Amino acid sequence: MKKKTIIDELKKIVGAENVLADNEDMVTYSYDAAVLDAVIPIAAVMPENSGELGKIVKLCSEYCLPMTVRGAGTNLSGGTIPHNSGVVILTGKLNAILEINEADMYAVVQPGVVTATLAAAVEKKGLFYPPDPGSQAVSTIGGNVAENAGGLRGLKYGVTKDYVMGVSFYDAHGEHVRSGSRTVKCATGYNLAGLMVGSEGTLGVMDEIVLKLIPLPKARKSMVAVYKTIEQASKTVAAIIADRIVPATLELLDNFTIRAVESYSKAGLPLDAGALLLIEVDGHPGQVEEDGLRVEELCREFGADSVKVATDENERDRIWAARRSALSALAKLKPTLVLEDATVPRSKIPAMVKSLQEISQKYDISIGTFGHAGDGNLHPTILTDKRNKEEWLRVEQAIEEIFDRALELGGTLSGEHGTGLAKAPFLEREVGRSSILFSRRLRKALDPNNILNPGKVTGAL
Amino acid sequence: MNDMKSLAQRVKELEDQLVVCIRCGTCQSVCPLFEQTHREADVARGKLALLDGLGKNMFDNPNGVEERLNRCLLCGSCAANCPSGVNVVEIFIKARAILAEYKGLSPAKQVIFKKLLSDPKTFDFFTELAGKFQGVFTKKDKNPQATSCARVISPLLDNRHFPSMAEKSFHRLTPRLNTPVGKSGIKVALFTGCIIDKVFPRIANDVIEVFKHHGIGLYIPDGQGCCGIPALASGDRKSFTKLVAHHIGLFEREKFDYLVTACATCTSTIKKLWPSIYEGKESGTRAKIGKLSEKTLDINQFLVNSVSLDPRDEIHGTKGGPVTYHDPCHLKKSLGVAREPRQLIKASGHELVEMEGADKCCGMGGSFNLYHYGISSRIGTLKQQSISDTHCDTVATGCPACMIQISDMLAKSGAQVKVKHPLELYADFLRNR
Ligand SMILES: Cc1cc2nc3c(=O)[nH]c(=O)nc-3n(C[C@H](O)[C@H](O)[C@H](O)COP(=O)(O)OP(=O)(O)OC[C@H]3O[C@@H](n4cnc5c(N)ncnc54)[C@H](O)[C@@H]3O)c2cc1C
Ligand code: SF4
Ligand code: SF4
Repeated sequence: MKKKTIIDELKKIVGAENVLADNEDMVTYSYDAAVLDAVIPIAAVMPENSGELGKIVKLCSEYCLPMTVRGAGTNLSGGTIPHNSGVVILTGKLNAILEINEADMYAVVQPGVVTATLAAAVEKKGLFYPPDPGSQAVSTIGGNVAENAGGLRGLKYGVTKDYVMGVSFYDAHGEHVRSGSRTVKCATGYNLAGLMVGSEGTLGVMDEIVLKLIPLPKARKSMVAVYKTIEQASKTVAAIIADRIVPATLELLDNFTIRAVESYSKAGLPLDAGALLLIEVDGHPGQVEEDGLRVEELCREFGADSVKVATDENERDRIWAARRSALSALAKLKPTLVLEDATVPRSKIPAMVKSLQEISQKYDISIGTFGHAGDGNLHPTILTDKRNKEEWLRVEQAIEEIFDRALELGGTLSGEHGTGLAKAPFLEREVGRSSILFSRRLRKALDPNNILNPGKVTGAL
Repeated sequence: MNDMKSLAQRVKELEDQLVVCIRCGTCQSVCPLFEQTHREADVARGKLALLDGLGKNMFDNPNGVEERLNRCLLCGSCAANCPSGVNVVEIFIKARAILAEYKGLSPAKQVIFKKLLSDPKTFDFFTELAGKFQGVFTKKDKNPQATSCARVISPLLDNRHFPSMAEKSFHRLTPRLNTPVGKSGIKVALFTGCIIDKVFPRIANDVIEVFKHHGIGLYIPDGQGCCGIPALASGDRKSFTKLVAHHIGLFEREKFDYLVTACATCTSTIKKLWPSIYEGKESGTRAKIGKLSEKTLDINQFLVNSVSLDPRDEIHGTKGGPVTYHDPCHLKKSLGVAREPRQLIKASGHELVEMEGADKCCGMGGSFNLYHYGISSRIGTLKQQSISDTHCDTVATGCPACMIQISDMLAKSGAQVKVKHPLELYADFLRNR
């Protein structure tokens, strides 16, 4: 198939201004936020409505062209690194919030809607869309669904998959498929909407998503507890859960991260602390009060040197600023940053943290660890310089060992960043051969020409 | 044209700054251009990737990269929000210079920068000439922004409504000034800046009045010119360097505590770019630039932090009517100055009404407005809407370049809103008290 013909056909669908094919533009669609090698596609196309999107998928299907959908390109697993003979479909202009239904508490959106934009629009109506990935200011709902994105509120409110009520999408043949509904309950047909969650663009191209909304909690309370050791912090986490309290967020910062944040933002964090726990409870004012006091008590009981409770919004902001700046603070230490998300059962956090410290020593690399202690989803963050080939080799070995340790502890390779290209070669270790084969057969049946984001999730078919 | 390999070599000099970008994509959430186009090549991440590609010799010619690099407001919104601390604006400016030096400046730009801008006298001569003739080609709008527009359809003016060139530029009214230190005990030098000099001399006149009131000694040397940002934005490091050296010489002649400007863009250029981009070799001048840029302050910042403004608003109550404030990118994002202009507005007896997205770029971007007027206007229209939504009859902002853009947008929409510098509000307050 001649490149020029394809481009002409695409222009017929969306107009010349929405087709990009210059070498320079292609370079800008060759990467995402994962630390992987770039691949240059042949064209990028920006549909303005669902009809155009359908025609594009159909065209790719007819010409057997690989296609990769790109939202904000912030995924950390290579999910939007295209195929070198493929087309990139951009969802930037499919960014309308089609409906926010207050009576039935759901929202209908196009895939290119930015997560934070939706969250703000919903909040204006007193409703709540809880999934809040760290990238929410840029990430798109399509990307969130396709990666099953999590966030800080995972412990109490779950992750993206818990909010997807319905999805419509174009399949590999360009047919429009609908699944799920606008009702809380829905028992018809296969749960195809569920299948699309975490599918990373390998099973279909989504054009509309129905999301569940919940009432906005009336009150919240934040606190920060300082510990000498990370074990004390982990025991507190276990104790809070055992006490049947489910905080909205329960975040951990290790000593390396604390020092990085402090040198970056001078927030007055204790440099010798082994760990910080940042906790927020929310809900009904009475219950928030009660839970808050109990959590504070538990923190002290399990060895916190100090517990500071925010008394107003300013103080709350200051507490969370430390967590929000964790990534920035670490990023400034070295040119390359590899953000991992190996996740273990909550109770295994001390063991995992210990493993991370050993791995960091064994391979002589810097690892800062912070993350969602409440749900076992840690973010070991490796700081390096990819140009240093020898060190990069050690980093790759360390990452593999992190994967192995997480699996040994009964965990998963990725709590929220997805499989993409980065973790595809390791997936078998987690789920076994037959799961990989099943997934490949499923894909092959739905997409016989292997044009939907080839290479991702299941590796080569 | 030289071969691409040598260009790649030069771009490689930026490598240490380029690798800081972790491709996280956060800049997409704040880039005013990306908001309009949704194109990756328009946002910092894409442009940095292109420079990376140029350094790796991935392109046959530099034109495509250059064109995309120039599609940028240099507003620094990306840099201010970058988790990795990429010094985006400095990288882009250096890259523009490398490309311009490799390709050579276009003949038109050679005339503008090398002959006109870099020599303040010639520049003044031509702008005055233009000022005298502007009535022939343009007519005055009857609106609170006091703009003019083209009499006949003109490709150069488009459908712009721009504040007219002053009949007499500031340096004609006040060629030089050196007043003694008064009760404040402070001596300040004023860097006037082109736009204030030629379009808004009223702001500089107000500076004189306010400083007199507070007993601040003021030094305004003769022969000032442009801070150099237009030349730099076009990659002309030579003219820029010449201008910096010229001003270092001028301001050397007197002792003062602060160098103050009422133009956010000048302040940011002097503080951030004079020290980092100046390419003269003499270490003496470098040290002088460092010292001067260190004591350079935005006028709002200076007045609020170094001069005791009496809390007069509390005595007289708010009687000046509600005012909304637009944060110039070069003040808030480049220098972190956001509190002080607001304080000055309140100290002038006005109620401050925050607009939605006060710190969103107005879309001016210097020469960006010239070459991409369509997109620039779309960005500016968003600003105009936020201003109109506040129902204030005055919008204040600390940058004369933003004032031009905002006046244009308000004039087009027919909004009855005046555009002022916070300092003008303060001067008005002192006069009418
Ligand atoms: C600084 C930073 C912080 C982050 N924090 C978190 C975090 O806290 N939690 C978390 O879970 N993730 C996090 N991430 C990862 C990333 O932001 C998420 O994976 C996010 O969901 C990706 O959204 P996106 O719009 O960028 O999608 P993209 O990266 O553009 O795409 C992701 C995948 O979705 C597919 N896709 C996109 N749109 C469609 C569609 N319409 N139909 C079919 N497939 C589609 C793509 O093909 C790709 O496989 C973070 C990333 C960064 C850089
Ligand atoms: S925010 Fe900074 S690090 Fe992230 S992509 Fe943009 S420039 Fe790069
Ligand atoms: S300087 Fe402004 S316009 Fe240019 S890339 Fe950064 S945010 Fe976008």
